[in-house]
Amino acid sequence: MVREEVDNMVEDMVIDGVGTEQKPSSEFPEGFNANYLKIYYGKLFPFADMHKWMSYGNDGKHPGCDQSYFGRREFSFTLDNDIYLRFQSFNNVAELENAIKEKCPFKIDIGPVYSVDPAKRHAYAQSGDNIFTPVERELIFDIDISDYDDVRFCCSGADVCSECWPLMTVAIKVIDTALRDDFGFNHILWVYSGRRGVHCWVCDGKARRLNNEQRAAITEYLHVHKGNENSLKKVTLAGRSLHPFLGRSYAEVLKDFFEEKYILSQNLFSDEERYEKILEMIPDESISSELRGKWLDNKRSRDDINVVRWGQLKHLLQSGKQKVQGIHRSVEEIVFSFTYPRLDLEVSKHMNHLLKAPFCVHPKTGRVCVPIDPKHCEEFDPSAVPTLSKLLKELNMGALGTGGEEELENTLLGKSIRYFRSSFLQPLLKSCKEEIESSYAAKIQQSKNSLSW
Amino acid sequence: MEIVGSRGKSSVSSAGDAFTDIQLYRSAPELEVRLEDFELYAVHRLRVLKGISDGLSRGKKPNEMEDLVNELWEVNMKRSEASEFVNKDIISHFVLRLVYCREEELRKWFLSMETTLFRYRFQRESPEAQRALLAEFNLPYKAVSSAEYESVKDKLKQAARSSGQSVPSADTIFYKVPFEQVPDLVASRRVFILKGYAYVAMNQVVSLLMTQYRSNLSKALVLTNRKWTSMIREQEKDRLTPIVEALSTSYLGPDYSQPIECADISLKDIDQVAKSSFPLCMRHLFEKLREDHHLKHGGRMQLGLFLKGVGLKLDDALAFWKAEFSRKVGAERFDKEYAYSIRHNYGKEGKRTDYTPYSCQKIISSTPGVGDHHGCPYRHFSEENLRAALNKMGVGNRAVEDVMDKVRSRHYQLACTLTFEAVHGASCDAGINHPNQYYIDSQKILESRKNSKGN
Repeated sequence: MVREEVDNMVEDMVIDGVGTEQKPSSEFPEGFNANYLKIYYGKLFPFADMHKWMSYGNDGKHPGCDQSYFGRREFSFTLDNDIYLRFQSFNNVAELENAIKEKCPFKIDIGPVYSVDPAKRHAYAQSGDNIFTPVERELIFDIDISDYDDVRFCCSGADVCSECWPLMTVAIKVIDTALRDDFGFNHILWVYSGRRGVHCWVCDGKARRLNNEQRAAITEYLHVHKGNENSLKKVTLAGRSLHPFLGRSYAEVLKDFFEEKYILSQNLFSDEERYEKILEMIPDESISSELRGKWLDNKRSRDDINVVRWGQLKHLLQSGKQKVQGIHRSVEEIVFSFTYPRLDLEVSKHMNHLLKAPFCVHPKTGRVCVPIDPKHCEEFDPSAVPTLSKLLKELNMGALGTGGEEELENTLLGKSIRYFRSSFLQPLLKSCKEEIESSYAAKIQQSKNSLSW
Repeated sequence: MEIVGSRGKSSVSSAGDAFTDIQLYRSAPELEVRLEDFELYAVHRLRVLKGISDGLSRGKKPNEMEDLVNELWEVNMKRSEASEFVNKDIISHFVLRLVYCREEELRKWFLSMETTLFRYRFQRESPEAQRALLAEFNLPYKAVSSAEYESVKDKLKQAARSSGQSVPSADTIFYKVPFEQVPDLVASRRVFILKGYAYVAMNQVVSLLMTQYRSNLSKALVLTNRKWTSMIREQEKDRLTPIVEALSTSYLGPDYSQPIECADISLKDIDQVAKSSFPLCMRHLFEKLREDHHLKHGGRMQLGLFLKGVGLKLDDALAFWKAEFSRKVGAERFDKEYAYSIRHNYGKEGKRTDYTPYSCQKIISSTPGVGDHHGCPYRHFSEENLRAALNKMGVGNRAVEDVMDKVRSRHYQLACTLTFEAVHGASCDAGINHPNQYYIDSQKILESRKNSKGN
């Protein structure tokens, strides 16, 4: 980077700053361009950490390490002219770093680890048999706020605000708890997708080795919404009680969020069009019309109208004199419809799905895809995420000298990097090391046994 | 297994375990088989598997499936002598392995049908027989101790109640197995899962065995395929090979991957044809596309492959999708983001597989989510929306009630068949199994009417 160019950028950014004060929502589009990105990759992107992570301990000296492991991982790049390069692979961190610095991709996606080097897949394709096939892949989840458009009224599409973002917080809590307590996974990374959602990477060895059927099973276990555009009720909870997982999610997360926050922030019961949607979910006509009648006259009350009406609805549905079948779950069904996580199922079900790498910069918002700590996910604010322009501004103020590893921790990205290293990467690598050592020992033992025969 | 000419006789194998006839088919039997029986037994077993496949695609419930499988088995496989019956079971299974080992699609179908057959046969066995089979699988799992049962019993009861199973008591045996081993129980939330382990009740053990059975059979099929291509095909080219090859094609039915002969449709006719001959699932997608100028991935796949099967050429398909999508996302974004997947469907990109249009079974079992329009309307629409859609298609009130009746009893394909009959005023005895079949049958009827008018 030529000194002069950097100086020019400082000026650009001053202009950006002015723009921000006038109309805060348009801070970002100007904040992203290929030159900024080049500097970001040059100085800030944590190549070494990414390589450590994607090597899963196989970059060590232990004889049980699989040296080809990292090189069989698919990366794919989206370049600024929308050219899409799939099946890129790299033998080591230097190759990865050089390629990214040279091509300066707007988006980096991470795919599975294949049976052979994906860059050489054509050579193997000749042999006829299906040798080129994915063998390992993190279990991944993609949750997107635009899939909640029928239950949020503050924003739609790619927009997100502080009123609807908590839906993502709820999703993280529910899914994270299930992955840990039910499925026994430990190495889970949540990442802000840069714009309108969150990604989840489950990195335990046994998660990486799940086959497609097992992935689909986990996804279905976590999937509750069965309705589509053509059905009124999106969630049906049959059975005489809730499954322990759903019961826990409801009691520990969904119920309180819905009653104490969501009905208020979205005014679910003060607006006729909105409460009609809820009444439609009640399978007993007489109850919904009774409530409709009650709510027509807009009686003033000291309490919040949303709270009052939700209370009336619950009282009627749970009073125990209901004859219509399936009514006793209606309250829960409404809460689940509005707040239960909505997963993009296809992403999780197949090994060969690509997912954007953490620490990418979203080209539309300029925000860095930083990790989210699930233990403190309420505190995460997407609008406070470091942006490319802020990072470069800081860089130009001279926060970074030579661009060393430790110095990264002193930048705006520092908090994210520290979290990534200490809470995710270190425990992960520790267990990878143990796994490699124990499976190597088992192999040695086995070959000894077969020798003795 | 040794195959001899027609004068040979099949020898009797040891009847195996006294408790049960169910075979695990661990190794090919040392049996002599007459050539006629080789083919005949295979055909009989295929009737069973095909019947299972039909039952599944009609959305039959587990208890209905159990009766169906039992009946198919009795009718096609039973022999008067117990030993002959066991032999027939074993021989037919190994012949079909040869038939279905040779392609990925065939293997998948065979695996899934044989596993289903195993499941329902297992369920009819006595508890002693079931335990004996469980032991034969030699699984490394131990029953949950009573102390551990006490610590999780509330959760176990909750899980059982939530999925309508009988509530466990202190004498119910539970096995604690890695959740990966029972994907179907996990997917339907029929088990309690804690820290990676599923608590599988004795009456759910069949799921665990299915996984094992399936994985053993899957490995065996791959091996059989290797043997077939490296040895058997050549050695048997005058004797078994023609039989084996004929068997695999005669029973799967058409897959509609090749467009119907000389029936290409052009873009200008497509709206008219959609109205007259598309089944509701495709008609709905088609109308939504015209309305919203967009469909999500599942919808694009379901409609796109259907249109391919109907005879829409790649160039026309691109033009068709582009005309709609460009109104929403612009022509440039269409070329960048969507055109690839359309060429992909036609086998022009990626691994260059010529993808086959979705069958009813696949569509019925799909899970459309928020914003999705694909799936089977008879299964995935609410009653009101379905009624409205049927009225729009011109289905009369009486017929609508008949259709709704089938929907309530979950016979989605029968509901579609009745719709077909109401719309066309003609009977459809074969029933609807594939959207492209609906289209072809509809075109046939319309064509013959046109011709008879012309005369």
